[in-house]
Amino acid sequence: MRIGIAQMRPQLGRLEQNIENHLKLINKAKEKQVDLLVFPELSVTGYHLFDITFDVARRLTSAEIQMLIQQADGIDVVFGFVEHSSDHYFYNSAVYASHRRLTHLHRKVYLSTYGTFHETRYFGTGKSVRSFSTRFGQLGLLISEDAWHFSLPYLLAMDGAELTIVLSNSIVNGVTKEGILTHQKWKTLLTSHAMGYGNFSLFANRVGSEDNFSFYGGSFIVDPFGEIVTEAPVFQEELMILDLDMDQVRQARFQTPLLRDEKINLTIRELQRIRQKQTDGGENR
Amino acid sequence: MKVIDELLEQAPYLRLDERLVTTILTSTLREEVEKAGFDRVILGLSGGIDSALSLYLAVKALGKDRVIAVRMPYRMSSPSSLADAELAIEDTGVESMTIDITPQIDAYFESMPGASPLRRGNKMARERMSILYDLSADYRALVIGTSNRTELLLGYGTQYGDTASAINPLGDLWKTQVRQLAAYLNVPEQIITKPPSADLWEDQTDEKELGFRYIDVDRFLYFWIDRRYTREQLQKLSFQDSFMDQVMGRVIRNQFKRTMPMIIKVNPRTVGIDFRYLRDWKG
Repeated sequence: MRIGIAQMRPQLGRLEQNIENHLKLINKAKEKQVDLLVFPELSVTGYHLFDITFDVARRLTSAEIQMLIQQADGIDVVFGFVEHSSDHYFYNSAVYASHRRLTHLHRKVYLSTYGTFHETRYFGTGKSVRSFSTRFGQLGLLISEDAWHFSLPYLLAMDGAELTIVLSNSIVNGVTKEGILTHQKWKTLLTSHAMGYGNFSLFANRVGSEDNFSFYGGSFIVDPFGEIVTEAPVFQEELMILDLDMDQVRQARFQTPLLRDEKINLTIRELQRIRQKQTDGGENR
Repeated sequence: MKVIDELLEQAPYLRLDERLVTTILTSTLREEVEKAGFDRVILGLSGGIDSALSLYLAVKALGKDRVIAVRMPYRMSSPSSLADAELAIEDTGVESMTIDITPQIDAYFESMPGASPLRRGNKMARERMSILYDLSADYRALVIGTSNRTELLLGYGTQYGDTASAINPLGDLWKTQVRQLAAYLNVPEQIITKPPSADLWEDQTDEKELGFRYIDVDRFLYFWIDRRYTREQLQKLSFQDSFMDQVMGRVIRNQFKRTMPMIIKVNPRTVGIDFRYLRDWKG
């Protein structure tokens, strides 16, 4: 399977411009025989929307989103947008489209609201995480902060995901002599996931700036052995393409059968006990 | 540069990845200037290290033909500052101009001969700001800031004066990091090594006026602000109580210089409170 990451530069709140850019990149990917093209988080809208959220939210059935889904023709496409739900809530959502249809919708579960982030002010929280079948195997979608909560990649892996796609909008928020702090942490995080679950992990980040915030790019893919097999440059637009051998999942899981030996009943039992303890202790999360 | 290395040996945690930080600052500076609809930038060049670093970053971001440097001396400014500014202008090859602010400053204070050095210094800083914003309209060039993180936190600057700008590439760099980056970008050595000064009167230096060294205050601010150390933890690092009181007092007292004017809330969508958009907002 040939996978592409569109490390692009969305314009804040400029839906029309961004969609046009999506079309360009999808066509370019098609020319290069890409099977699955992944855009970053909120690729259709940009990230620091604040009050613009209200103006750029679109229903799944809207002309703009449907038009993008229609592009998934001979190629599968993952992109991010602000979803306006039927009950008029807004979500930070990601679409997986294939054969000109919606295969899967993921609503960001863990919204970042600390330090420089303000997401719960504007977005509702997603209530579920599911893997889904594609022509390449079982896949899962996570949006940025979702991946930092170990429970979600765990659930996706237990639900059969062979490739976990993380759409991100990661900014420079600390630089040391070792480089961009967050970028290093993302690599540690996703290589750990891949090693632990014997699946592919993909980090799709954007570039460009929004006021004083700099998105650094540096998208990468980790194989099921936990090795970073390809990495895009930082601060540059890039259509990164890589041929993935999904059979590596079989090899990795035979070599290190961690997922096979995972004791799901023990986990459930202990989590129930912990939940009970928290309820008894007056803590109800 | 040996001086810089010696400084950073005292505080290795302040050392930056120079190449990376330069990429971050120049790429975002370029993108934001262009998004604002401007081709060029303009900045005041004093001959000191901060404005020199802003100049070198701007040239790296946009090229020398898109940067305008303005020297705005007062009759009591040190001639060596003017010469150092000239050195940076020649080295970068940018367009420059010199506007003597003596006539308007002296005219204003003529009837107030007893005005304090503080008032005079503030007036000069605001006069320079006013000139830059005027030229900004003439040249269609965005005003680039030259205040570093240390002086912003200490409030060692004039509100609506030298702290005013459209984009400030230095505002998140400690003074020690300004020195490191200036050396990396080959700012002339004499600009880097001379004692920092607001150059408002003869023999004025920042460190004399503030009463402490930049390296010490940068170390302290790093642990207090970035690492959120408590007073007890800071004491264990051998910071004296009197020094800490002085610095913390300055930082807190000068918060007003770092905020937009207060708008008293009446309506449900108040500018800056619940009317929230980035400057990048294009509708």
